[in-house]
Amino acid sequence: MSKNAVAVVGVGQTHHRSSRKDVSMAGLVREAAVEALEDAGMTWSDIDAVVVGKAPDMFEGVAMPELYLADALGAAGKPMLRVHTAGSVGGSTAIVAAKLVQAGVHERVLTVAYEKQSESNATWGLSVPMPFSPPLVAGAGGYFAPMIRAYMTRSGAPRESGHLVAVKDRLNAVRNPRAHLHMPEITLKMVEESWLLWDPLRYLDTCPSSDGAMAMVLGSEKVAAAAPNPVAWVHGMAMRSEPTMFARRDQINPQAGKDCAADVYRQAGISDPRRDLDCAEVYVPFSWYEPMWLENLGFCAEGDGWKLTAEGATAFDGDIPWNPSGGVLSSNPIGASGMIRFGEVAQQVRGAAGGHQVELKTGKALGHAYGGGSQFFAMWVVGAKKPE
Amino acid sequence: MTEPLVARHSLEYPGGYTRSVGEVVGRYLTGLRDGRIEGARLADGRVLVPPTEYDPLTSAAVSVDDFVEVGPAGTVVTWSWVANPRAEKHALDRPFAFALIRPDGADTSMLHMVDVSTPEEMSTGMRVIPHWRSDRIGGVSDIEAWRPYKDGDPIPEVPPLPFSENMGDSVTGIVTSGRLDYEIAAGESTTRFLLGLAEGKIIGGKAVGSDDVYAASRGTDPTTGAPTSISVDVSDTGVITTFCIVNIPGLSDLAPEIPYVSAQVLLDGANNTFFGLIRGCSVDEVRMGMRVKAKWLEKLTADHGSIEWWEPTGEPDAEYADYKDYL
Repeated sequence: MSKNAVAVVGVGQTHHRSSRKDVSMAGLVREAAVEALEDAGMTWSDIDAVVVGKAPDMFEGVAMPELYLADALGAAGKPMLRVHTAGSVGGSTAIVAAKLVQAGVHERVLTVAYEKQSESNATWGLSVPMPFSPPLVAGAGGYFAPMIRAYMTRSGAPRESGHLVAVKDRLNAVRNPRAHLHMPEITLKMVEESWLLWDPLRYLDTCPSSDGAMAMVLGSEKVAAAAPNPVAWVHGMAMRSEPTMFARRDQINPQAGKDCAADVYRQAGISDPRRDLDCAEVYVPFSWYEPMWLENLGFCAEGDGWKLTAEGATAFDGDIPWNPSGGVLSSNPIGASGMIRFGEVAQQVRGAAGGHQVELKTGKALGHAYGGGSQFFAMWVVGAKKPE
Repeated sequence: MTEPLVARHSLEYPGGYTRSVGEVVGRYLTGLRDGRIEGARLADGRVLVPPTEYDPLTSAAVSVDDFVEVGPAGTVVTWSWVANPRAEKHALDRPFAFALIRPDGADTSMLHMVDVSTPEEMSTGMRVIPHWRSDRIGGVSDIEAWRPYKDGDPIPEVPPLPFSENMGDSVTGIVTSGRLDYEIAAGESTTRFLLGLAEGKIIGGKAVGSDDVYAASRGTDPTTGAPTSISVDVSDTGVITTFCIVNIPGLSDLAPEIPYVSAQVLLDGANNTFFGLIRGCSVDEVRMGMRVKAKWLEKLTADHGSIEWWEPTGEPDAEYADYKDYL
């Protein structure tokens, strides 16, 4: 079965902030969507379909965002879909949109993901007590911190491994005017001395809570040929999931993540991701997830992730920069965070990443998102050249 | 077969969700607070009431510069009689009509209530006028209801707002109180597990053809989907596979004083881990591999709370190799 080529022809995002009380949710997504349309040289009437994503409904208490946002996103008279896969939703939303083009159903699809965390409290939204279920008494960090401890034990990673990522990603964010946190003064000492929230996880090892939106216009080969700006071609995309709990589940290095990476690399012709990619934007909400995902995504052997970080391989000037935009550690509008990863790598291969543009050699980059209890994965590889 | 346990559950964000409304909706709500109904004139000349932030047909942005005042009188476009209003469900405590009302000068209608005593007083095309509350806050409920109006009669005065420091400020947000009430039935497997807790037992389940025992099984083996139809008693002792020390107060009503330990516990005879609190020793003594035992509540019930926490048994630690596959 032949598939049609898909290109990112427009990208737009908000300035991510702790609170955007000046706009409604519709106003927030609109900012990102308008910027993406302008980048693509299009107007609302050029769009064939809209695909929107956000994280769990309890975050803002809007049960049908697709209905509420139809007019803000120009969906009148067009198909509109909502995608929902917990924290990975920004990635899976982009993939659903891209598949509509790949399958030849539509020529131009607008996709948007957002979160407006300031309207409630994500910690509450993630741990609502339910009858008959074991209570969650330790919050979201309390779910992931034990996995981090297990990773440290298994790999022998020294305690500073995570802190190094916390510093690196915040310094990268200084290059990115759209990032929520700008902390040019951050040092390893500051991270080491920050509040030990969920031992071994410290305050500066964790992501902020942000309001923000990301949008992309995806187009067919014909649309890409007419685009006013350089495009990013989709070379591969994949999603995988697995249950939260099963006997002998590897929670630190989940099989679904490995399978998803293998699939996307096969499609994109990547045999050694560290060598074959120019950069990666990977969902790292807690600093320790950089070494953990380096292993899960095959950038090194199992147990060696922390060594790559310590060597500076993933730094902005390293051989494989991870999260040059500052990543989730610097901006986290949860539902949008995955799409920001996907959109940022598109900007990199288009040469449009501005102050955080990395040097292009292979012209390919990986965007990644995960969600739930490390159980949903979405990834794509984009490239400057059209896939053969 | 055991009757499944059933519980009532309310889903409600404490204090209500906030809604930043943006400039356009904020202007509309500010008008309501000040006793004025406003709409937005769209590019094609139609006047939209209530105004939306974006033209519903073209998606063009609506501007506050396009605002026009409408009404206050309006016309009932269609209606439905509510003969038995319910407390907490309806805004009025007496029979009324829900109606679509088109304010004079508007091209759309708004859903509201008409306050009359009998359905005989209602008709499509009837003229109505808003009855404003005096404690207006910037919401559609600032109009208590609409009342019949005869053209030519004087327009009723809008009652003035009581003085407040910020009475001249624009409305920028609202708080929405919403609640969903559920009745939840536990599945057969969960019911069996919970009834076991009431007897101080931990009941696991396994599927035919598998050796994997799931304590607190949800009814199926997650790797195959096969029903965990075979009940297996699981020990109330086990090993801490991994944990964290929580230093944040107030994460849950059930949380003890900080610092406390939240751990994953692999029970003897089970193949899955449980999240549980570790007490009975200093947080600094807790380690991966530590042997622990359930601390049961004095008065047992069919609830997870029957196990208050897990505490050290004093036995030698488990070898890493014994639990490494459960991390």
